[in-house]
Order: sequence, then structure tokens, then C-alpha cells
Amino acid sequence: MQKFEKFSGLVAPLDRANVDTDAIIPKQFLKSIKRSGFGPYAFDEWRYLDHGEPGMDCSTRPLNKDFVLNQARYQGAQVLLARENFGCGSSREHAPWALDDYGFRVVIAPSFADIFFNNCFKNGMLPIKLAADKVDELFKAVEAKNGFALAVDLVQQTLTTPDGVVYKFEVDEFRKHCLLNGLDDIGLTLQHKADISSFETKHRASQPWLFA
Amino acid sequence: MNTQTLYDKLWNSHLVRTEADGTSLIYIDRHLVHEVTSPQAFEGMRMAHRKPWRVGSILAVPDHNVPTKNLAAGITDPISRLQVETLDANCAELGITEFKMGDIRQGVVHVMGPEQGATLPGMTVVCGDSHTSTHGAFGALAHGIGTSEVEHVMATQCLVAKKSKTMLVKVDGKLGHGVTSKDIALEVIGMIGTAGGTGYAIEFGGDTIRGLSMEGRMTLCNMAIEAGARAGMVAADEVTFEYIKGRPFAPQASQWDAAVTYWRTLHSDAGAKFDTTITLDAAKIKPQVTWGTSPEMVLPVDGIVPDPAKMADPVKRSDTERALQYMGLKANTPITEIKIDKVFIGSCTNGRIEDMRAAAAVAKGGKVAASVMLAMVVPGSGLVKAQAEKEGLDKIFIAAGFEWRDPGCSMCLAMNDDRLSSGERCASTSNRNFEGRQGQGGRTHLVSPAMAAAAALAGHFVDVSKQ
Repeated sequence: MQKFEKFSGLVAPLDRANVDTDAIIPKQFLKSIKRSGFGPYAFDEWRYLDHGEPGMDCSTRPLNKDFVLNQARYQGAQVLLARENFGCGSSREHAPWALDDYGFRVVIAPSFADIFFNNCFKNGMLPIKLAADKVDELFKAVEAKNGFALAVDLVQQTLTTPDGVVYKFEVDEFRKHCLLNGLDDIGLTLQHKADISSFETKHRASQPWLFA
Repeated sequence: MNTQTLYDKLWNSHLVRTEADGTSLIYIDRHLVHEVTSPQAFEGMRMAHRKPWRVGSILAVPDHNVPTKNLAAGITDPISRLQVETLDANCAELGITEFKMGDIRQGVVHVMGPEQGATLPGMTVVCGDSHTSTHGAFGALAHGIGTSEVEHVMATQCLVAKKSKTMLVKVDGKLGHGVTSKDIALEVIGMIGTAGGTGYAIEFGGDTIRGLSMEGRMTLCNMAIEAGARAGMVAADEVTFEYIKGRPFAPQASQWDAAVTYWRTLHSDAGAKFDTTITLDAAKIKPQVTWGTSPEMVLPVDGIVPDPAKMADPVKRSDTERALQYMGLKANTPITEIKIDKVFIGSCTNGRIEDMRAAAAVAKGGKVAASVMLAMVVPGSGLVKAQAEKEGLDKIFIAAGFEWRDPGCSMCLAMNDDRLSSGERCASTSNRNFEGRQGQGGRTHLVSPAMAAAAALAGHFVDVSKQ
């Protein structure tokens, strides 16, 4: 996994609550057996005017000009700003894969659905929870200034606006450590192999029917 | 005295280790696998030269891509076919038990698992699918995981997790005629919202819940995720044990008594503390119908479509406006005046034998309205299908003009050929009414099986509690 380093990224505002993972990546693209290549189909039903199918060349598809990510000023955005309960619904990890492949490294929202939130960290992405009024301020700031970028510093746990306004955010110590060092969860867990084995031995003795 | 909730008991009995910040390793007893969220996990294992920690804990089944008619012709879409073949190949290579297409035991993963006795009280159950919460109906800790976690559980038999907060949803009283656990689930989601359970494990309790069958409890726990909770659960009791006894993966006779003795402890202790408690009076719950594009956009069948002009909160108003526009609905329309084009009865929410019976009881002797283009019944598994046919339910459906299909996820998420066309309106027993969920531009109204069957006959929603 790539290490999460300090960067400054253009912010794109997606002003909707309850953005579900079906919207982030529609079901027809879940037929892929790969982890990559989902970016062109991110938000497919909102982004294009035609019906998308896997394998389509998206460069020739008609764009929905009304969809915010299609606006010229948000091209190259690396930070997605959204409303409550982002990533609700299906557990599909294809959702963070699609956002990552599109170019987003950070999603900021007042709240996230649990599974999506978790899936982001497994892919080197940082979901940031900020209070709803702070998110509201950011929506206004992004709207007001072309090229609005945020400096994201995971070590300091800060977001800094072009005007120098600093927003602090919270993150689990363990998740922060993994992101900063690009650590693979499985490798870390297997360091505790002996603990798992000894637990399993006891568990088998007390509930043998689970191991039949 | 140290009282514990059911969730505390399940968590503590699977705790391998905990770090200073509360991040823990939880041992996983059962890992269910389907074709959509597993190929990248198997590939990851292969790349890292890792093998599954305990192959016997894994049970696999294709369901999302499986066609529901002309099964013998196989899957025509080559991309879908490759995904199912990839699951077959991965399972064969690693010696994982799989119920392939054509096997009578094949079905929607969350119908198949319990039906096989592969979900037991006291277990931790995971699957790369958010509706894994279903299995909590057995007094198990069950939740959906992403593909990276599928790989993690395969490789380590553990999940990295932090303890959730606990919520008790307590339902007491007698459910009215025609009111089901689907209606309880939708009522709860309407109350607390789709993010109301975020960060929580929900336990459903109270005498109404105790009175539900296992099928009813599964429907309820299935929908916990639509309230934002990764896990839903119901304490194990005699109903649970009776359901499990004799199923293929259930404890053998020599271990049965010991298992039941342990399972009897799987309930929240009297006086156990929950972080949040919600109470409902079952007698006041009416049949529910969703009107919008989120499961929280739900009303009793005698309600009227909300009017955004009357909403003070600007975010709520614009969400409602957007939803009504997508759904092609006018504010203040009575729910019972909404006409439907298609009907889907099935899914991991409502594809079990009891759901088939409830729908058939309504369909019996009737005819699907001429204005309804398609009414399809998709049993949750081959075994559900066989049981329904044994009871003659297929004949009732077919005589009434419903299509009787083969098992799979089908039009719940429309990954196979079963889908809505743009603008079509569907009464569906599934779990999500998101934009495009049942097909791009399709309009979904979530209801119970009885409500779906009644809507099929009338061509619009009707109140089954009045029939």
C-alpha cells in the first residue's frame, strides 16, 4: 500500500447527503475480477448521459454537464467534499477503488457509513469527519474561490485552506500509523500468529461443533 | 454484578487481542463467500503466497450474477460468467466447499447459510456483503466486510475491529393483521434514519421479536444495515434451536446438548446497559411503503407523499425534491394511488419460504393486474424453491400470472438480466431503493411480500391490513 504523505489538493464539492455506494460505482462494473480501472465509471449514472457498461471507452461518452465533477474548475480534484452518511449501502470496496482510481485521496463529510469508512483505510485513502457546520463552511469556501485547495497533513491531523484557516480532525492512532507507513494489515496481524493459534485451540476445546 | 449485553458476550468470546487504542483482533468462525467481492481477495492471497488459515470455515456460493431463467443455458454475459467461473476455480484450487449453479443448495448467500445450519448461535460470521447482518438473527455477531477484509479473514481467521456502541430496539405488543417484520424494519429505519445506527450493533428485543419466526428475525436483522448498523442481532431461544436442529452443518447429536446449553446463555443479561434504547409498540405499526430513494423515505401505506414546500430544513427539502423528481411522484399523492409497472418478490431480505407463503396467500385466486408488465417471484435458494413447489405455491403464483423463477439475487440489485428499465416503477421486497439500484432510472418502492403481491393484483399499493 502507498504511504499517505502530506499534499495539497483541489477540492470538489458533492452537495448531497446519503451518497450510497451504488451511486459511487453502479453494479454492472462489479463484474470485474480486478481491483483497478474503476475510475472512469465512478458516479457513472450521474456523470454520463448514456448507460454505462464495463469496457466502454468513456472518453467518447456524452457527459452530464450538470454534474459537479464534470465542471472544468474541478478537474484534477483530489479531495471530495460531501454531506452526511457518505458511502452508505453496499459493502462493495469497488467504491473506494473507484474514487481512488479517479484521483481522490481524501473524502471529507460530517459522517460516513461504517463499512465504506473502513474500506477507505485499506486502500490508502483518508476519510475525514468534520462537524456539519465546518463542512458547510468548506462548501461555501469552495464555491467562492476557483481552484480552492486544501493542504492535508495527516501527521498533524490538519486541513489548511489557502487563507490559512486550519481545521483539526480526528483519526484512530492505529489507522494513522498504517496509512503513514503504508502498512499491510495482513502482515501486521500475522505478527500475532501465536495469539491467534492459542485462541483457536481454546475456542475449539470449548465449542468443538464450530470446527466439525 | 457485571451484566453484559448479547453483543458484549459475542465480542468478548472472540477477542484474540486488543491494542491500547481499542483496536482488536476478533476471531471469525464462519466466512461466507460469493463471486462479486471475492476474486480480488483470492488474487491478493495468491500474489502474497498465502493460503487460507482455516478452509473449513469458508462456504461459497454464486448468487449475484446467476440467471433466474434458462439456467441450463448458463450465463450469457461473458463478464458475469467469468466472475462465477473465477469463484469456481478459486474454490476448487483451495478445497473450499461451494454450492455451484445448478446445485439445489445454491441460492442467495444469506438464505443458503442459515438453511444449511452454517450459521449458529454464538458465532462470528462475515461475508463480503453488507447484508451479512442477516445472520445475527441466530444470536451471532455477523457483519459485512470489504474485499480487503475478505482477504484478511481468509489469511488470518481474524478481523481488525473496534467495539461498537450498543442499541436496543425493543418491540412489544401484537402485530396487526398483514403486518410483518419487514414493516418493523422499515418503521425503525423511518424513525432513526439510515445513519441512525452508524457505529452501533443493534439488538432487537421485546416480546414481538420473541414471537417472530427465524425467517422474520432474519428479515429484521438483514435490514439493520439500512439503518446504518453493521450488525443486527436477536438473542437465541427455542425458536432458534428448533430451526437449526437437523440441518447439514448443525452440531451432531453427540454435541447437540452441549451446544444448546451454551446457546442458552446468548442473550443480554437482565439490567444490561445499552448506549441507546428505542421502544416501539407493535400494535401501532402499519404496512410500510418507501416513496423515495433512501430506505428512510418511508411511510405507512395510508400516508401521503411528503411535500417539500412544507419542510423547513433546506437539506431535507432539496433531498426530498430530488427524490420526488427521480421517483416521478407528486407531493401529497396518497401512497395507495401510486401505480406500479413491475413486482419483484425475493432477495436476501424476503426470499425465504415464509415470504413465499405470505405472498402466495395474497396471490391465491387472484390475477396480476393487466397494467403490471411483470410480476416475478424469485425464491432465495434451490431448497426454498423445492419446498414452495412441494406446497404448490408455484402453481398459485403461475395461475395468478406471476413468473416463477430460479434462485439468485436477481432484481434486488440487477446484476443479472433481471432489471427495471428507466422510468419503470416496482413494488419490491428487497432492501434498497437507491437511484438506479434495480436498473438505471428504475423506481423502487420497498414493501413486504404480502404488500408486493397485493400491489401486483391491484396495479397500485393497497393496505393488506384491511384485507
